[in-house]
Amino acid sequence: MALLEVEALTKSFGGVTAIADLGFEVPEGLVYSVIGPNGAGKTTLFNMLSGIYRPDEGSIRFMDQGVVVGRQPHQVAALGISRTFQNLQMFFNMSVLDNVMVGCHLRTRTGLFSAALRLPRIKREEMLSRQWAQEALAICNLDKFIGQEAGSLPYGVLKRLEIARALAVQPRLLLMDEPAAGLNDTETLEMRKLIRRICDSGITVLLVEHNMGLVMQVSDRVLVLDYGSRLAEGTPVEIQNDRRVIEAYLGGEVRYAL
Amino acid sequence: MKRLTGLLLLAVILLILPFLFPDNYYVTVVGVTALLHAVLAVSLNLLMGYAGQISLGHAAFFGIGAYTSAILTTRYGWDPWAAIMAGLALTGLVSFLVSRPILRLKGHYLAMATLGLGIIINIILVQGEQLTGGPDGLGGIPTLSLFGWAIDTDLRWYWAMGATMLGVVWLALNIIDSRSGRALRALHGSEVAAEMMGINTTAAKTGVFVLAALIASLAGALFCHQQSFISPDSFSFFFSIELVTMVVLGGMASTYGAVFGALILTFLPELLVVFEDFEVMIFGAILMLMMIFLPQGLFVGLQSFALRWLSRRRAAALHTAGD
Amino acid sequence: MFDQILQFLLTGITVGATYALVALGFAIIYNASDVVNFAQGEFVMMGAMSAIAMSAGDGLPIFLSLPLAVLVTIGVGILLQRFAIAPARGASVVTTIIITIGASIFLRGVALLLWGKSIFALPHFSGEQPIHIGKATLLPQNLWVMGGAALLVLGVHWFFNHTTHGKAILACSCNRTAAQLVGINVGMMMLIAYGLSAFLGAMAGILVTPITFTSYDAGVMLGLKGFSAAILGGFGNPMGAVAGGILLGLIESLAAGLISSGYKDAIGFIILLLVLFFRPSGLFGKATAERV
Ligand SMILES: Nc1ncnc2c1ncn2[C@@H]1O[C@H](COP(=O)(O)OP(=O)(O)OP(=O)(O)O)[C@@H](O)[C@H]1O
Ligand SMILES: [Mg+2]
Repeated sequence: MALLEVEALTKSFGGVTAIADLGFEVPEGLVYSVIGPNGAGKTTLFNMLSGIYRPDEGSIRFMDQGVVVGRQPHQVAALGISRTFQNLQMFFNMSVLDNVMVGCHLRTRTGLFSAALRLPRIKREEMLSRQWAQEALAICNLDKFIGQEAGSLPYGVLKRLEIARALAVQPRLLLMDEPAAGLNDTETLEMRKLIRRICDSGITVLLVEHNMGLVMQVSDRVLVLDYGSRLAEGTPVEIQNDRRVIEAYLGGEVRYAL
Repeated sequence: MKRLTGLLLLAVILLILPFLFPDNYYVTVVGVTALLHAVLAVSLNLLMGYAGQISLGHAAFFGIGAYTSAILTTRYGWDPWAAIMAGLALTGLVSFLVSRPILRLKGHYLAMATLGLGIIINIILVQGEQLTGGPDGLGGIPTLSLFGWAIDTDLRWYWAMGATMLGVVWLALNIIDSRSGRALRALHGSEVAAEMMGINTTAAKTGVFVLAALIASLAGALFCHQQSFISPDSFSFFFSIELVTMVVLGGMASTYGAVFGALILTFLPELLVVFEDFEVMIFGAILMLMMIFLPQGLFVGLQSFALRWLSRRRAAALHTAGD
Repeated sequence: MFDQILQFLLTGITVGATYALVALGFAIIYNASDVVNFAQGEFVMMGAMSAIAMSAGDGLPIFLSLPLAVLVTIGVGILLQRFAIAPARGASVVTTIIITIGASIFLRGVALLLWGKSIFALPHFSGEQPIHIGKATLLPQNLWVMGGAALLVLGVHWFFNHTTHGKAILACSCNRTAAQLVGINVGMMMLIAYGLSAFLGAMAGILVTPITFTSYDAGVMLGLKGFSAAILGGFGNPMGAVAGGILLGLIESLAAGLISSGYKDAIGFIILLLVLFFRPSGLFGKATAERV
């Protein structure tokens, strides 16, 4: 049974059709990549999967019973989907630790009232949240930044901080929108290992990325989008040898990358 | 315990001031107003500084609290405490009802909508003469008493308002440092990201809006019983803007900053009175200059300045020790 | 009944024309520099007050004092930009709001110092003989306000669409860095934008003061109404601001006449709130969905 099933998904903005009649399935436990040229609709797809946009048509089913369409993003998060953003959406007004502790929101319960009066259970919950956040930071090798303000960190670190924050949610499915964009070679290598580590810990990863080297090495399956529709789908090897993909989009790039 | 050091310091200062300066106008008269302003600024700062939702209409809830209590005690002979509760209930209801549509707005549109709300409520206070006494105001409001202890002198009001202020600061500090507080700061930083972390941002915004309104309402009730006379002027949009200025002047997203801003903005006009005709002009100039040179706010600005100076001193000390 | 409504409409358009000029000033400054200038109403007050001061007693004849008053106000606008807004570049939106509030208090303080708390008027430009339209009446000054505002709005429209400076200001508002790169003197454009806003404020003040009178604090309410009008039209859309101004003037005048003069401002704001609830970016503003 697939973890995520997308069917006949369509979304247009005014005259632009960003996603057209798209369907695919993501099996559990894989790194599943979505690639395509700029403007192919990858981010739009993510925005629909996370409840930020409502599709014009089509359905998104998560873990069999969870219907994504029509839910608010925070409800989608509660289903077990978390994500990172192509353009950083950091909480720059907060510390690194606090950023990741926000990710523990769904794993804790206390409300405004008990917080205001600092009831005893707050202390317990704070300790737990801090511990969970530290674990997430450790997975992303961010331990040493823990006391700093998010606003003072370099770009490459922020990219990983977004991942740590998403991991703190304990998702079943993690959507990553161009995690390696703007990273140098060492950082990209580290990112590849991190993605693999996350997948090995049992979280299914849906990855959008332009760095073909990274995609082909880290993915179990690849979906190719072109103008919002499905051009091809298969294992990295199949995709690299797919005539349509090579003609339409990748060209020499794949061979160059490998 | 480190979390509350500032609060403890504040409490100690409040406690010794009346003994250092007994019967001093600036302590027990202006001081009480300053404490009241601090309560209001801290509540507005929760909404504006932390959650990033600007409100130019906070005085409206201050007014609802004050007028409900004043009307129920003077016209209907209610017990003041029951009247205060009724004021809180009414404020809660009004703020909850308007919060959803208003908080969907962003930036300047939100500023405008809250400004409009404040003005509408002020106009109702002016126009609803049979109930509110209209522009002439409403007098003869009884004072409060707590377990038979009547709060009927300036000094007693100083204690009462001081305790309230410390209590509200304590609440604010607790909230900021909790799951709910992080949710507020997060939605300020990035609303989509906050949603993606599972935060119901609409509910969070509503929650803090209602909470800030309730605190303002409580302040209003205390204000009306302390003054025993109120008029709509105290709840005009000028006052809303003054409250925003306190928050920004002290430094957004800093509870102590809000207290600091309230103190400055209460005492400054008192001190400028000596300039007579120049008073308004100088006040405007000072406001501009402070914001131009310390755009992140006085308290926050000075705080970071002090920290930098300390760390430089320490580095220098280490350096000489190394030699 | 019809005559009455006609009367309300005529009054409403006059008031609305003043709001429109103030709102236009808001929109221009906001477009150029992302600042909501809460001292906009003080420009109106400054224009009227300085004209009155200069022609008081045996002072200048009115045809000299009016242009001089406009020049003085433009000077105030430019000084505001140069010494209060420019040094605070990069500060947050609320910080700049507080700076302009400080500026408005400062200007009010100056006016209070110079002219006290009295209420002043300017003479009507061309007599006070009422003009009859059906059973409704109109003062010649009303025509001056409407005509003057119409000309100014057309002028501003032309400035932004057909002159290099106007287009350059729009370029600064779209992208400051890019504007700088193509050789636009951004600092200069900011001064022009603030000067233009002050000019519009002063003109509004001079046109309307014969009817409404003025005092050191007359700018507060006008600034507020101008801001409301700009929001109603859709902030940052200059022609939307003009439409918002006229509309707000009409609403208030009809509400005052048909419902209650005490509640006219409240009704204006209630309608504004309702518009925002259904159109969160004003009547003619573009909805900007956040892209992530
Ligand atoms: N909120 C929006 N409003 C209007 N058009 C949009 C919106 N979001 C996306 N689009 C359009 O939809 C199309 C797909 O955009 P999308 O951002 O999904 O592409 P992408 O595959 O993520 O590209 P990239 O690789 O550059 O990130 C583009 O033509 C884009 O302009
Ligand atoms: Mg994208």
